Amino acid sequence: MTGTHLGMPAFPEAAREAVRDGVLRANLRHATHTIRDKRARAVAELADWDRLRAAGKAVKDHTLRHLDRYLLQLEAAVTAAGGTVHWAADADEANRIVTGLVLATGEREVVKVKSMATQEIGLNEALEAAGIAAYETDLAELIVQLGHDRPSHILVPAIHRNRAEIRDIFRTEMGRWGRPAPEALGDDPRELAEAARLHLREKFLRAKVAVSGANFMVAETGTMVVLESEGNGRMCLTLPETLISVVGVEKVVPTFRDLEIFLQTLPRSSTAERMNPYTTMWTGLGPSRGADGDGPTAFHLVLLDNGRTDTLADEVGRQALRCIRCSACLNVCPVYERAGGHAYGSVYPGPIGAILSPQLRGTSSEIDASLPYASTLCGACYEVCPVAIDIPEVLLHLRERVAQGGPVTRDGIRVTLRPAHGHTAERAAMRAARLLLDHPGALRAGMRLLARARRLRPRRLPGPGRAWTDTRELPAVPAESFRDWWTRERGNPQ
Amino acid sequence: MTSRDRILARIRRAAAGGPEVDIPRDYLRVHGARTPAQTADLLAANLAEYRARVHRADEGGLVPLLARLLAARGSRQVLVPAGLPVRWTADVDATLVPDRQTSTIRELDGVDSVVTGCALAVAETGTIVLDAGPGQGRRRITLIPDHHVCVVRVPDQVVDSVPQALERLDPTRPLTWISGPSATSDIELDRVEGVHGPRALDVILLTAPGAQ
Repeated sequence: MTGTHLGMPAFPEAAREAVRDGVLRANLRHATHTIRDKRARAVAELADWDRLRAAGKAVKDHTLRHLDRYLLQLEAAVTAAGGTVHWAADADEANRIVTGLVLATGEREVVKVKSMATQEIGLNEALEAAGIAAYETDLAELIVQLGHDRPSHILVPAIHRNRAEIRDIFRTEMGRWGRPAPEALGDDPRELAEAARLHLREKFLRAKVAVSGANFMVAETGTMVVLESEGNGRMCLTLPETLISVVGVEKVVPTFRDLEIFLQTLPRSSTAERMNPYTTMWTGLGPSRGADGDGPTAFHLVLLDNGRTDTLADEVGRQALRCIRCSACLNVCPVYERAGGHAYGSVYPGPIGAILSPQLRGTSSEIDASLPYASTLCGACYEVCPVAIDIPEVLLHLRERVAQGGPVTRDGIRVTLRPAHGHTAERAAMRAARLLLDHPGALRAGMRLLARARRLRPRRLPGPGRAWTDTRELPAVPAESFRDWWTRERGNPQ
Repeated sequence: MTSRDRILARIRRAAAGGPEVDIPRDYLRVHGARTPAQTADLLAANLAEYRARVHRADEGGLVPLLARLLAARGSRQVLVPAGLPVRWTADVDATLVPDRQTSTIRELDGVDSVVTGCALAVAETGTIVLDAGPGQGRRRITLIPDHHVCVVRVPDQVVDSVPQALERLDPTRPLTWISGPSATSDIELDRVEGVHGPRALDVILLTAPGAQ
């Protein structure tokens, strides 16, 4: 997986920068709290939410168990419906395939509907290198692209920008990409949306090639499913002559009927709506093979691995592949709320990003090794996840891998990782914890000693503990340990 | 070795011997028991909550209602797909433009409104679904014009829930699910109707004679 932002500092440094930004924190707080409150109401409407959640989890786990079979079934169905299926083992291969397909049309520009998979592989940059301009058409993605910026949220990628910043970006940048912003553009969201509509409509009406992702692919029928709100998705999926969809292999579901689960859980978890404004479903070129001018006349599906099969090989970590990209976990995460999406150094921010990126990319870079620590382990992300991904469990699993090394699959090959640099503190802490937990007497004595010495509490720990307290406030020590309190109140704990 | 073979081999190595998973289907087919009239009311309420404008009419009332909605909007060109009952638009005081395969995108962009039927509507979510069948036309005609009027026959085209809707749809047809007009909340989470799709959606619940 490419897409590690070059020069990206590890999470603690990036987060420290972000939490100093008052505007960013205010924007994030407003956004995450608004969405999470609305979401709770939308979910409460369905009395069978827990059963839908269990069914969604089971469909995904079942599909992953038989992923080879379902991908082959999907390939056959898409091909029978007039589409062409390509397989890409990594980002470079996917970019080569897409670039080649675009160049073969003779076109030099493409319109894009928001796709995290193409961001993950750095497709826009690869197209640019081949002389092809790629235009993002989702309003938020347009703001990000025009602002020479990076997305900071899965659902609302420009959530870190306020209206005044967006107006300034539109005023200065729109003219360089096409139709300029209207004279005297104000900062009312309505005016800004209208400016985007005019700017992008020009591109939609002339585009010959579109690139999309997909939320779901149905193995049984070859049906592709895209959920969206603005209609830019429908524009990209309907008007151009050539449609190229780049989709991670984990997005397949076995049957058309399975959509009844996810079409209920995804919108409510994501935008807190009963249903998103637009959902488009298409199967290859359709019954008319595109001959009636109702959709593209050429459809290409690029199935992307790029670290997914390595993730599948990890028995604990593979559950991250259940993710349907709803972003509910971002909106409840106390760490995301303060640090923002950029600190995660990946297109997948927040709790899901903290377990997905280090698995897709490996933990060799500093940022990826730090991501499993970007969490308080409070468990709120697990509670809201509509496919019940136990994110805290995977975080702990990845922390252990970073700190202690161990077996892992990279590019399909089983290798043994060495402990990452810079995690001596965690290794020492784990050894110490094991020693103390194995010797209850030592633990009791240690805690009593700590309680008595609480007035002498330093702000930083000495020795190997220093790295730990570099990035954390040392908590206050209570007057009495829990064990002592329990013994005093209820008798001997043993 | 092709990438296809390589990926499939990696999957087989990675997933082999993993636990088999049964899929529990004990979630509800429908949320609550309703009469057909209550289902239609729920559809109307949920459509309205996402800023669609909802109207009710029987066959007799539909003709003047359509004429009034299009006149109020000031529509001069109205797109009509093949299979739309001709009598519906009998009183419309605007140029009726038939949807043709040869119509260019720019021609469609010059049209003010489009009138269609639908395949079905989902009450619990406030959604209408089009499948390019008779009276619905191509996917693009409900996308490019700024105003969409959709007629839903009540009760036979209304289902309660998403599971009931999927049962009735043919996955090989091009399907478009529409819940309210185009909308964005990308700027400070303020909901704004209409970015790229139609900014106005009128839904007419057409009741069978004697049903109202």
